[in-house]
Amino acid sequence: MAGTGYKGSRIDDVDHFLKGGGLDSEREQTIGQHIGYRYDVNLLPDYERLTPFLKDYLEFMGWDDLNWLEDVHMGYDDGQAAVFDRNINGWVAIPEDMDLPDNQQDRDMIAREMLIKFQMSPDHPLVDLYKAYRKF
Amino acid sequence: MAGVGESVSTQMGMHTEPLTGRDIKTKFTLENEGSFGYDFARDVDFNRRAEIDCADLEPTAINSKIRELMDSGHGSIVVRNPGAKHSLVVGILNRMNIIVDGSLGYFGCGLLDGPTVRISGRVGWSFGENMMAGVCVVEKNAGSTFGAALRGGDLVCKGSVGSRTGIDQKGGTILVGGDTGAFSGFMMQRGRMVVCGNAGKNLGDSMYDGTIFIGGEIQDLGVDAVPAELTDLDRAWLIRKLGMYELLPEQGVDHFTKIVAGKQLWSYDNLEPTEKKLVL
Repeated sequence: MAGTGYKGSRIDDVDHFLKGGGLDSEREQTIGQHIGYRYDVNLLPDYERLTPFLKDYLEFMGWDDLNWLEDVHMGYDDGQAAVFDRNINGWVAIPEDMDLPDNQQDRDMIAREMLIKFQMSPDHPLVDLYKAYRKF
Repeated sequence: MAGVGESVSTQMGMHTEPLTGRDIKTKFTLENEGSFGYDFARDVDFNRRAEIDCADLEPTAINSKIRELMDSGHGSIVVRNPGAKHSLVVGILNRMNIIVDGSLGYFGCGLLDGPTVRISGRVGWSFGENMMAGVCVVEKNAGSTFGAALRGGDLVCKGSVGSRTGIDQKGGTILVGGDTGAFSGFMMQRGRMVVCGNAGKNLGDSMYDGTIFIGGEIQDLGVDAVPAELTDLDRAWLIRKLGMYELLPEQGVDHFTKIVAGKQLWSYDNLEPTEKKLVL
């Protein structure tokens, strides 16, 4: 998407990391693997694109804006769209049959919505970790 | 995508392990949709309010009392007479409204994930350390390492803060109404810091990523911290964010200086795969 950047370079193609795997630098091409973030961590959210689910979530939490979700973006891991879940320290893959919007801002909103649904699920790994390690 | 087997390093026998495919790979499914809170979060009502008088209580007892009130469904808690005690209001993984009527000592409001906390007084060192989500608003001044290792949420100080603000910041937003001291944004990895006043020496020293906005004078920049162009999206975000906490300057935000990482220090190439994930 125009306006986003990666390692100082402007990214004009929203599918940049899907098409090429992000092997941009000479070093990345040498080792055959992508290095660093797979999205623009500094991209600020466009609040005109909030989804109804996200609006309900913010109201439930009592917040006036996206809060921690401002740091959540749709990233790309191993050639696939994914969201990084800090609570499991791993990528959560977006279903392959899901149609992705043509711009990063809308993709980020989808990523935020899906990450909330995943983290708040009783199936999330943090539920078991909490039971095992909670101190209070 | 080029595979590991095709790389020059593999052909040279220098490859150790792949950087991709090692993470926990979980698929979203429609069946695992939960509610808006963690599965283990307490069900609280913002309209149920309680008060704690901390005058004769130790910090551990005060924090336990907060949890007991959460367990009984209280969503709004007023903490009276905190007496600048250390390590109060920590480790809350719930939506909550907490009002601290007074000042906190060291390590206040650390390890939070969800609550909204308002402090009418001052706070000591390392306020809001490692906060994951939520809102903390300090009406007066804060000590050093305000928002150390912040990971998410909004951390607001309406007065001035000490040195090393946002050291090792990994996400979230730090807002300062006054000035910030030396080495603010030191080793910042992502997130946003907004200072309406002046910044001390070595601003953004060794920052890997993230964004710093300064409304006043910058004494000097640290290693690899460089000015960048303020975009329309930046302006809209600043106006929105500062307005939320009544910190928007009368003259607007056009005078803010934006600082980002020059990325000359980026050495991801040398990181081990497990280390690489830690900066996300």
